[in-house]
Amino acid sequence: MNASPPDTQATAGAVATAAPDGAPEAMDAAEGEADRPVTPREAVSVLIAAALKPKAVKAFAKSWSIRLTALAVGVLIWQWATAINFNYFINFENIPSPVKVWTAFVAHVQSTEFYIHIAVSMQRIFIGYMSAVGLGILLGLVIGRSRLARDVISPYIEILRPIPAVAWIPLAILMWPTEESSIIYITFLGALFPIILNTAHGAELTPDVLIRAAKSLGANRREIFWHVVIPAALPSITAGLAIGMGVSWFSLLAGEIISGQYGIGYFTWNAYSLINYPDIVVGMLMIGGLGTLSTYAVRLATRPLLSWQRRSR
Amino acid sequence: MIANIINLSRDKDASAAAVQAGKNLSSEGKGHVTIEDVSVVFGAGADAHTAVESTQLEVQPGEFLCILGPSGCGKSTLLNSVAGFVQPSSGTVAVDGAPVTGPGPERGMVFQQYSLMPWKTVRDNVAFGPLLAGQSKSEAQSIAYTFLNMVGLTRFAKHYPAELSGGMQQRVGIARALANYPSVLLMDEPFGALDAQTRLMMQENLLRIWEDFGTTVMFVTHDVDEAVFLADRVVIMSAAPGRIIDDFRVDIPRPRTTDITTDDTYIQLKRRCMDRIRSESLRAFEQQNH
Ligand SMILES: Nc1ncnc2c1ncn2[C@@H]1O[C@H](COP(=O)(O)OP(=O)(O)O)[C@@H](O)[C@H]1O
Ligand SMILES: [Mg+2]
Repeated sequence: MNASPPDTQATAGAVATAAPDGAPEAMDAAEGEADRPVTPREAVSVLIAAALKPKAVKAFAKSWSIRLTALAVGVLIWQWATAINFNYFINFENIPSPVKVWTAFVAHVQSTEFYIHIAVSMQRIFIGYMSAVGLGILLGLVIGRSRLARDVISPYIEILRPIPAVAWIPLAILMWPTEESSIIYITFLGALFPIILNTAHGAELTPDVLIRAAKSLGANRREIFWHVVIPAALPSITAGLAIGMGVSWFSLLAGEIISGQYGIGYFTWNAYSLINYPDIVVGMLMIGGLGTLSTYAVRLATRPLLSWQRRSR
Repeated sequence: MIANIINLSRDKDASAAAVQAGKNLSSEGKGHVTIEDVSVVFGAGADAHTAVESTQLEVQPGEFLCILGPSGCGKSTLLNSVAGFVQPSSGTVAVDGAPVTGPGPERGMVFQQYSLMPWKTVRDNVAFGPLLAGQSKSEAQSIAYTFLNMVGLTRFAKHYPAELSGGMQQRVGIARALANYPSVLLMDEPFGALDAQTRLMMQENLLRIWEDFGTTVMFVTHDVDEAVFLADRVVIMSAAPGRIIDDFRVDIPRPRTTDITTDDTYIQLKRRCMDRIRSESLRAFEQQNH
C-alpha cells in the first residue's frame, strides 16, 4: 500500500453502490489496491525485478496460480456434481455439465452470429457507459461540493437507485424513441448511480488544508475545483468508474430482453425461451467474462491518473 | 540530507534572482502588518468563545516575529486573521495599508499539516503559485527551480510529495509560499511535527533563506527555544481569551547558529518567556478554581 500522509487519503473506501442484488460489484470496491490490474509494462518490470527480487515474482506467480487453481477446482466440482446427478437440497440433475457448456461454446465461437451478439452488446454498453461517465462525474462533483445541489438531487438518486433494471423495461420502452435507445438507457442507468455516488463521496472528502493552501496561493473557485477538488476525488471517481462498468453489464440482459435480434443478453434470454440450457450458461459466462474484461480495461485506462498515489518512499 | 541543506542554502549565486526580488520587496518597505484591536469570537450566544481578544500588533517590514504561547491560546486564529482565513469579529488587519479581506498570494502561508498537493510533483507544487499569477508554464517552472534550489531540493523536483520525508515536504512548502514573492510569510508551527534533529536543521535553513530574502515573517510556535532562536522579536500570548501579554526584542546578532543556545542573552530571554508563560498558566489555573 502507499504511504501517503493521512490527510490525503481520499481513497478511503469507495462507496459500494451496486444494485441491491449486485453483491459481486460491492466486492470490487472492497478489494481496492490489492486487486488492481497489471499493465504489460508492469508485468515486464516484475520479470526484470525477478533477477533482483525473486520474492516479488514469487508472490505474483503464487497469487495467480492460486486464482487459476481455485477456478479449476470450481469447474471440477461442477463437473463432478453434474456427473453424479447431485441432488441434495441443491439439484444438479438438469444442470448442463462444463463439458456440454464448452461444446456449445466452441460451436458458437465458429459462427459469425455469436460475434455480432458480442459486438452489439459492447456497443450498447459503450454508449450507455460513456454517457453515464459524463453525467455521473458532473453530477457527483456538483453534489459533493454544493449543499443545495445535494439536497435537490440526492432524493432522486436514493429513490431511483434501488429499482432493478428489469423493472425499467416498460417505462424505458415508453420513454425512448427506438428500441436501441431504450436498451442503452438501461445500461446507462446501471453505470450512472455508482459513478455519481463515488464521485460525490470523493469530492466531499477534499482535505480542507489543501483548499486553504490553494486559496493562499491565489487560486479562485474554478482553479480550486480543477487543481484540488477533482484530483482529490480521482481515487474515488476511478473506483466508481470500475464499479459502474460492472453494473452496466449487470443491467445488460434486462435491456436486451427488449431487443428482438442481437446482443449477448438477448442470446441468453433467447436460450431461456428455447430451454437450451448449455446456451444459457454460455450466455451467462460471456456476460461475466466480458464484464470482467471491461472492468479491467477501465482500471487500466484510469491507472495513469493515479500514478501519484502509487509512488511513495 | 544534512549536507544537502547546508550546501544548497549557501549556494547563493544560483538563487541570486530570487534573492534580488526578495530584497526589492523589503527595500521598498513592504510587509508592514498592522493588527488593530482585533477580536475573534467563534460561535454565538451561549456557545460564544473568544479566541483572540482586542489584540494590537504591528510588525515592521522585514521583521522576524515569533508568536509564542501554549496550545489553544489563539495563535493560529491570530495568524489566520492575517492570512485571511478568519474574519475578525471586530478590529482590522492590514498589510501595507490594504485591509485583509481574504487569502492572497502576497501573504504566503506555511501550514503545520502537510499541505502539498499529493498529485502534483514537487516542482509543480512550487510552480503552482506563479502559474496562477499568470506566468507561462516555463517561467513558472524556472521560478520553481530557483526556490527549490534555495531549500536544497532541486534533486527531488520530479518526485511526488509522498516520496519525501516530513522535513523535506515542509521545505517544499516554504519554497511554494516564497515562489509568489510574498511580502509576509506566515508560518503556523511549520516544524511542529518534525523530530528534534530535523527541526534544528530546518530552523537554521529558514534563517538563512530569510536573511537572503528579507521578507516579513510571522512565525507561530509553542516552543520557547524555537521562538528565541529564530526571532527578532517575540510576542507571548496567554490563553482564554487569547491576548498578547509580553513583547520583547531578541538582540542576538545574526547570522545565528545553534551555538547561541549557550549565549547569556539567549538564556535570559528564554527564562523570561518561561516565567511569563508559567505565571500566566498559574493565574489561569487559579481562576478556574474560584
Ligand atoms: N473554526 C473554529 N471554530 C470554533 N472554535 C475555534 C475555531 N478555530 C479555533 N477555535 C478555538 O479557538 C481557540 C484557539 O484556537 P487556536 O487559534 O487554534 O489555538 P492555537 O493555535 O494557539 O493552539 C481554541 O479554543 C479553539 O478550540
Ligand atoms: Mg495552532
